[in-house]
Amino acid sequence: MAIFVDENTKVIVQGLTGSQGRFHGLRNRDYGTKVVGGVTPGKGGSDVDGIPVFNTVEEAVVATGATASFIVVPPKFAPEAILEAAAAGVSFIVCITEFIPARDEAMFYNILRRNYPGTRLLGPNCPGIISPGRCNIGITSGDIALAGGPVGIVSRSGTLTYQALYELSQKGVGQTTCVGIGGDPVPGTNFIDCLAAFEADPETKAVLMIGEIGGSEEEKAADFIKSNMSKPVVSYIAGVTAPPGRKMGHAGAIISGSQGSAQAKMAALEEAGVTVAANPTEAGEVMVELVKSL
Amino acid sequence: MDLFEYQGKRFFSSYGIPTSKGEVVEEVAEAVRVAKEVGFPAVVKAQVQVGGRGKAGGIRLVNSEEETEVAASAILGMDIKGHLVKRVWIEHASDIDKEYYVSVTLDRGSKDHLILISSQGGVEIEEVAESAPEAIKRLHVNPIDGLSEDEARQLVADAEIDSQARQGVVETLLKLYRAYVDGDADLVEINPLILTTSGKVHALDAKVTLDDNAAFRHPDWEDFRAAQELDGREKLAKEKHLNYIGLDGSVGIIANGAGLAMSTLDVVNQVGGSAANFLDLGGGAGADVMAAALEVINTDENVRSVLINVFGGITRCDQVAKGIVDALKRVDIQSPLVVRLDGTNAQEGREILANYGSDKIQVEATMIDAARRAVELAGEER
Repeated sequence: MAIFVDENTKVIVQGLTGSQGRFHGLRNRDYGTKVVGGVTPGKGGSDVDGIPVFNTVEEAVVATGATASFIVVPPKFAPEAILEAAAAGVSFIVCITEFIPARDEAMFYNILRRNYPGTRLLGPNCPGIISPGRCNIGITSGDIALAGGPVGIVSRSGTLTYQALYELSQKGVGQTTCVGIGGDPVPGTNFIDCLAAFEADPETKAVLMIGEIGGSEEEKAADFIKSNMSKPVVSYIAGVTAPPGRKMGHAGAIISGSQGSAQAKMAALEEAGVTVAANPTEAGEVMVELVKSL
Repeated sequence: MDLFEYQGKRFFSSYGIPTSKGEVVEEVAEAVRVAKEVGFPAVVKAQVQVGGRGKAGGIRLVNSEEETEVAASAILGMDIKGHLVKRVWIEHASDIDKEYYVSVTLDRGSKDHLILISSQGGVEIEEVAESAPEAIKRLHVNPIDGLSEDEARQLVADAEIDSQARQGVVETLLKLYRAYVDGDADLVEINPLILTTSGKVHALDAKVTLDDNAAFRHPDWEDFRAAQELDGREKLAKEKHLNYIGLDGSVGIIANGAGLAMSTLDVVNQVGGSAANFLDLGGGAGADVMAAALEVINTDENVRSVLINVFGGITRCDQVAKGIVDALKRVDIQSPLVVRLDGTNAQEGREILANYGSDKIQVEATMIDAARRAVELAGEER
């Protein structure tokens, strides 16, 4: 078992004919992911290294039976691409696009929630998801992951996700699924969505959660862990000494209150019974020890 | 991008939000001219992007040309919390009856837009939030539905805005929401929004943060950007498309990815050092980007050592190592470099650095060891 994607997940790539889409799409296929089609308006009928390209997501879904989409298009076109995928019945959308305006993110997030409650969006601005040995959608390098579980990883930061995967794999501890939720203001999938899925996944025995300063998602995750999780969670929060980010005027300060600092997040997680490590290496080491004792 | 008050007022005006007539100037003589034009009493306001300028003496009421000359001379060139005042905004002083607060921003928690309004404006709103939280009313707006006039009217009534100001505040609120959405702002805030003794509602201040990601929709933002004040190093970093924030420590930091960069700062701190900066290379880390990063850090006199922390995913460590070697040929680095490469092709990368054989470069295997070494070197050099 894995969460959200596995060896049966059929994926289309929106933007497959672009240089980024081609690079990552083919890389994902080489990893063993079932990349069954691509979508680029106006390029239907062509192919990318044998992968058929369609004009619309709907055509691609009808022809291939895909249930997941990997969106690799520029920020200007990403909102439309996401909504097109949802309208065509795609149930799992991974969008790695960076620099999407917050207004657009808030809009498509709410449209998905209201009109397509069965669709899950991962990202935008995320590295994607990998269920090692089964499916890799996104830009994570497959060779730093190790199949077989028992650890589930969820992270807001791209490079720290890779770091975590690598540290565990080096020590022979495998992963069920590693989800990069991305650090944008309005992420489609949050910590709690992933924690709940890991809790329900029989193969996942422990969860590594990597957060960072800003927002209050880590605090909410701590509440969830406290009341809903039986599996052990190890965490690392980046940004203890980071310069305060752009202060969102007085309004921002009011919304976040005392929440948002690394200290507040770490305290909330510790209070929920989570083992909080001081740096990513320590988080890996703590998890390796924990897995030995399972 | 945070706008100056005068830019914020221009932004508000373009969406029909009433502001006082005024002008921004850089010279004392110009200040006197504008004050005469708008009519006395007038207000001379320092244009800086930092709070507390009133308390620092950056806002003065003037009643004559002589007073304007004295005030403008004092304020122009003033240092307010490290910000040099280069411009002042001059406007006719308003006859204030009441002061309110309104703002719109994204609520990351509920993932919708949040309007805050209070009948107790003009003071620090955080203080109101502390002392009288019930005096701030909130309305969550789903972006799909937008803000209706009925909702705005209800909110204004709930906030107990004085009856003679209600119509004006409702209209301002609707325009402010439109400015926030159509103008792609992360934050719009009016504090105070005033009711004048003649019964008019208008914005006496303007705080606006624009969403840089939306710049492609707003070619006119170039004008705002031209007046933004970055220090030389931040400007250089921006030109090179690096995510850089200057700090005051002695260990220069270069990392790939914001999370890893933050984490590197943390680890340097844990081993007793202090970072000179935050620098995220972004996705790629080829020679051009690395050279640019080293160039930026090289201009920081406080830097005593540089810690390069790269985790190779898509970015391969051998490419990063080649980038470092190439960059060293182009940039004359003053400080020793400690390099930690891990992930894809890390071994190859370390070999490239070892073969280059520069006594400027030290390679460490882990993040902690690299941080320790960099901190030691920063100490030794002092």
